[in-house]
Amino acid sequence: MSNAQYDGPGALSAAGGVRLIARRELATRLRAKSFLISTAIIVVFIIGYLVLMNFIGSTSSSSTVGLTAQTSSLSTAVLASGKATGQDIETRTVSEKAGREQVADGKLDVLLVGTADAPTIVVKKQLSSGLTNTFHVFAQQQALGAQIDRLGGDPAKVQQAMATAQLPVQRLQSVDRYQVQRIVLGVIAVVLIYMSLMINGQAVAAGVIEEKSSRVVELLLATVRPWQLMAGKVLGIAVVGLVQMVIFAVVGVGLGLATGAFAIPAGLITGAAVWAIVWYVIGFAMYAVMLAAAGALVSRQEDANAVVTPVIMLIVVPAVIGWSLIPANPDGMAGRVLSLIPLFSPMIMPMRISLGVAAPWEIAVSLVLSVALVVALVALAGRVYRNAVLRTGARVRLVDALRAA
Amino acid sequence: MVDARLEIDAVSKRYGDVVALQDMTFDVRAGELFGFVGSNGAGKTTTMRIVLGVLAADSGQVRWDSEPITADTRRRIGYMPEERGLYPKMKVGEQLTYLAELHGMPRAVARAAALQWAEQLGIAGRFGDEVQKLSLGNQQRVQLAAALVHDPRILVLDEPFSGLDPVAVDVMSEVLRRKAEQGIPVVFSSHQLDLVERLCDRVGIVRSGQMVACGPVDELRDTGTARLSVLAPDAPAGWADGLPGVTVVEARRGRTTLSLATGADDQAVLAAALATGPVHEFARQRPSLTELFRNVVSAPTAEEAAS
Repeated sequence: MSNAQYDGPGALSAAGGVRLIARRELATRLRAKSFLISTAIIVVFIIGYLVLMNFIGSTSSSSTVGLTAQTSSLSTAVLASGKATGQDIETRTVSEKAGREQVADGKLDVLLVGTADAPTIVVKKQLSSGLTNTFHVFAQQQALGAQIDRLGGDPAKVQQAMATAQLPVQRLQSVDRYQVQRIVLGVIAVVLIYMSLMINGQAVAAGVIEEKSSRVVELLLATVRPWQLMAGKVLGIAVVGLVQMVIFAVVGVGLGLATGAFAIPAGLITGAAVWAIVWYVIGFAMYAVMLAAAGALVSRQEDANAVVTPVIMLIVVPAVIGWSLIPANPDGMAGRVLSLIPLFSPMIMPMRISLGVAAPWEIAVSLVLSVALVVALVALAGRVYRNAVLRTGARVRLVDALRAA
Repeated sequence: MVDARLEIDAVSKRYGDVVALQDMTFDVRAGELFGFVGSNGAGKTTTMRIVLGVLAADSGQVRWDSEPITADTRRRIGYMPEERGLYPKMKVGEQLTYLAELHGMPRAVARAAALQWAEQLGIAGRFGDEVQKLSLGNQQRVQLAAALVHDPRILVLDEPFSGLDPVAVDVMSEVLRRKAEQGIPVVFSSHQLDLVERLCDRVGIVRSGQMVACGPVDELRDTGTARLSVLAPDAPAGWADGLPGVTVVEARRGRTTLSLATGADDQAVLAAALATGPVHEFARQRPSLTELFRNVVSAPTAEEAAS
């Protein structure tokens, strides 16, 4: 026999069994088309989103206004009106003929013709709403200047006084200048956690059902204990999900920093990414063991929905509540309380952490409670799995699986 | 090692109110092919699952080499479950290697053993194919390879012959015989009694969770009522009436079939037959395993008899 050199007594440690099972999950899943495709789609989505953000950011409402020799003295006033109305405006002096052609070509947004005292706006079709405001203010300023001049005042002085006029503001709460970016970051983190949990959590259930429906589970249980089989599967798929999350985080953070799309300190982004991964791991442990137990209750993939859906709802509901609650009111009482409740924490806490509104003690409490729930779920799910996984045929009732010795 | 026996000692198992096994007791000796027969639901699969540790017994013990069986001993059992099962989307070679590793083989050894058994069972050409792409016959071969790949010290096979074509039956028989010759106890269940009779050293007949007959096939056949077939063309009807312990089962065209109670004298039958004229044939017939099986499973159980 070619395996004559093998004479071991077949010793395989408990951890060794778990490792073998996890390795098979990892090897078959990382090579699977479905993994490569879903990862690629999400990476493309992330890149697309960042590129889009970058594109929108760099082209933010910059308009070019052409001035003729007669109207070029209005440049300062046009720029001041643009600033007052939040329009980013450049001016350029051109001949009237060339200017009209450029407006027709779209190279100029506006051309001011006529004289400095009575200018006329030339546009291709109509003024953008932003520029309408700008020139409305411009016209008012011009009229005001004319009146001040007639009354013997100095229009320039008045303009300056008006530009610097401001009321002092007392803030009851400090404003984070990265508020919007933080919200975006938090939402992205939770979307990724959510998608990864959905994809990989359901993969756990499907994997358990595959072993049951193909009946290979009996062959496996002749070599390892049920808890090893369940642990190996959950760990293996968790690593697959983790690999995916790290790919997303590296692509997202790397590209975001490189393009400056976030316009926010690298520490904030990296922190959000690290916390997203931590909460992904905790959330995965929580839901994967429930889904493994749910999968063990049925013998056919067609029956999977009935047992998997209730668990999926436990992912969907907290995610939806989180998305609707937190960005609108980051520091609200409902969000604070929910983020501490274990089944809600994986979806809500990372968002609050990104927003910088989670107190350290809140993070600590949510971590402790969630990990405690994971421990309890592992024991319960392990029991259900052990009692149900060899019962082929009709769907096993949850109470029976919990009760049976 | 050579004397190591697999002992199933007074194993009982209930599923709720249903008694699946009651004091199931038998042993399989090293180098022995043991046939495990019984009606569906008699408890064969439950017994095998308990031996493998897939199920836990309520009471009783499974021993190997006089020691209670442990997880490490169980890894040295080659098992073929009644419900065949392999990962449909895993490649043949990877699957066999993986199963060998789960039985405690180092990876390189496992791979070599997988290849060796694939060659031996004629599926080496499909080593890189997914199991689901193989014909049913070839899937059965992979299943057998999965039971053998880790060089088991004990073989427990649940219905290994079911669904096999005649060629595959021969391959399977040959492999089992060869394994037994290496000193490995082999126990398998089957409904193909002629095959069991031909192949096995000993058989056990199970009924309602209990072993009702167990021993070498020859011995078991001797324990049943013996039959005589006598061809005496000139014998008148009723020639054998009155012989002590002899009952006529059938008389047709000069051939009389008689059943002998224990202790009845067959020589007295022969003398009586010769007294009627020429005797062309006088043969003692032992019941086949199939007949034995029918008798055993159709006899009322103790409880039924009591009621």
